[in-house]
Amino acid sequence: MKILVCITQVPDTTTRISFTGNAFNAAGVQFIINPYDEIALTRALELKETLGGSVTAITVGKPDTEANLRKALAIGADDAIRVNADATDAYFVAAQIADVAKKNGYELVLAGKESIDYNGSEVGSMIAAMLDVPFVGMASRLVVEGEKVTLDREIEGGKEILESTLPLVASAQKGMAEPRIPNMRGIMSARTKPLQVLEPAAADALTAVISYEMPPAKAACKMVPADNPALLIELLHNEAKVI
Amino acid sequence: MSVLVFAENGDGKFPKSTYEAISYGFALATKMGTSLTALVLGEVSDDALKNLGEYGAAKVLHASDARLNGFNSSAFASALAQAASAEQAKVVILSSTLEGKAVAPMLSVKLKAGLVVGVVALPATDGPFVVRKKVFSGKAFADVQVNSEVRILTVSVNSFSLIKNPAAATVSAFAPQLPEGDFRMVSKEIAKSTNTLSVAEADIVVSGGRGLKGPENWGILENFATAIGAATACSKPVSDSGWRPHHEHVGQTGKAIAPNLYFAFGISGAIQHLAGINSSKVIVVVNKDPEAPFFKAADYGIVGDLFEVLPKLTEALKAFKAGQN
Ligand SMILES: Cc1cc2nc3c(=O)[nH]c(=O)nc-3n(C[C@H](O)[C@H](O)[C@H](O)COP(=O)(O)OP(=O)(O)OC[C@H]3O[C@@H](n4cnc5c(N)ncnc54)[C@H](O)[C@@H]3O)c2cc1C
Ligand SMILES: Nc1ncnc2c1ncn2[C@@H]1O[C@H](COP(=O)(O)O)[C@@H](O)[C@H]1O
Repeated sequence: MKILVCITQVPDTTTRISFTGNAFNAAGVQFIINPYDEIALTRALELKETLGGSVTAITVGKPDTEANLRKALAIGADDAIRVNADATDAYFVAAQIADVAKKNGYELVLAGKESIDYNGSEVGSMIAAMLDVPFVGMASRLVVEGEKVTLDREIEGGKEILESTLPLVASAQKGMAEPRIPNMRGIMSARTKPLQVLEPAAADALTAVISYEMPPAKAACKMVPADNPALLIELLHNEAKVI
Repeated sequence: MSVLVFAENGDGKFPKSTYEAISYGFALATKMGTSLTALVLGEVSDDALKNLGEYGAAKVLHASDARLNGFNSSAFASALAQAASAEQAKVVILSSTLEGKAVAPMLSVKLKAGLVVGVVALPATDGPFVVRKKVFSGKAFADVQVNSEVRILTVSVNSFSLIKNPAAATVSAFAPQLPEGDFRMVSKEIAKSTNTLSVAEADIVVSGGRGLKGPENWGILENFATAIGAATACSKPVSDSGWRPHHEHVGQTGKAIAPNLYFAFGISGAIQHLAGINSSKVIVVVNKDPEAPFFKAADYGIVGDLFEVLPKLTEALKAFKAGQN
């Protein structure tokens, strides 16, 4: 089975977010593979190990995203594609990935449930709509038997088990796989695995971020003595007015 | 011209998030000098449909089609796209729920309409269409300009208050053409947890961390949650260890929530945990360590042993409730 895994890089989860002017301040920030994309990648590798086929990692991004693509290769992807463009709009990004998926006949496209920086949850289901194939979002389990795919997905207040056919696009969340850490052999072989750079296909960007703002700073925490919980209740009622 | 809201239902009932989306849609429609239409998919009673008028829907389109009772993002997107063009909608609004977030991007492709997910305020409509959303897991806001003629927004849950704008909604039947391809995916089983209050929607959330020491100790936390009418949540290591179900996990890699009131018992306040809850309006932290980082993000704090504080707090709350009646 030919599997395409969408990889985006995000600031490390411990990053203190700041902005210079109207741009994200990337100075000193370490970028990692989006945690959900790592889960998707690992599941893709597991599927390849049992069913055969190949796993391709794809990123829409500038040259600075290549280190994380190499990391995807080190974890085990067979090859990687970087579409050389700034990823500023989900529609544009999805159009690039859908274009590659269509031209190369990938049967399964996996993305993460959301990027932890822009929190869109957009790219995966946009790709599905562009390819006109079914989409399962927030999948915590994905099993392939022949043409049949069985998935668990999160729904409001519980989970649902679904069956679909290939081709399919799914977005991964916790539970689908335990992310793998690259080993030494993986890291060595990643250097020689193919990483293809493509120029972007023509597509529109429909949105653009024009500015950022930090939320107002919190006032200092009001401390309540441990032996007076009634005071906390009173403050929540009379001062905060939330109960 | 109109504003169209996808009025999501679960088992024929509208959750609070749907009324929030309708309230938001009505405020926007009023600002744009137009009216609000709500689209309902699947079988819903007439009484329930009328409720949508309570929050400002002038018109309700109802596709009472049993095939749409379950959640099918492809079919929902097809139906919404057809309703949007029938209504000449300039803005389509969905809730930022699991369903809304799966459907909206598909609709964006079908209508070639720019999408902004998780908006927290009304857009500017004089001049360019610019709307505010949360980014970096609630650590910042971004103002996003949408450059297409039709715009799609998903409204962040618990970010926009319900506003009653009673109007008599006219209900009309709606029969979208649904291509067979929309039904390639088949639902085999649905398992809903018995816990009726969902973490994502609750006004009050009571959350526990590793400080509770083990799953057997959750009784005192549940007692408090029941007394105050809250949903329960937990930190990542707690769900990773199987002490609590995964759907309770909040944070960067779990659910992002925005309740009015969030209680954290025995949670240290790691940045990844805060990322999921920092949009809460009021945060209360109980931790035995006065240096716990969570206190920096809290509005109210108690330094103490949760095993002593929690039962006392439950008693104090019950006394307060009794005094109110
Ligand atoms: C990529 C990544 C993603 C992550 N995503 C998430 C996420 O989504 N959500 C999340 O929660 N975490 C997440 N984490 C983990 C996070 O970094 C912390 O490890 C985690 O939140 C700690 O959980 P905790 O506060 O329950 O436990 P601990 O850090 O062990 O804290 C326990 C706290 O309980 C207090 N305590 C102990 N006993 C008592 C008592 N008797 N009375 C009162 N207080 C007591 C202690 O003082 C301490 O502060 C993530 C980490 C990474 C690397
Ligand atoms: N620039 C990108 N390149 C490749 N994949 C991406 C990119 N942006 C987002 N994705 C994928 O789409 C998922 C959802 O991202 P988002 O829609 O931004 O929340 C991510 O987890 C990735 O799998």
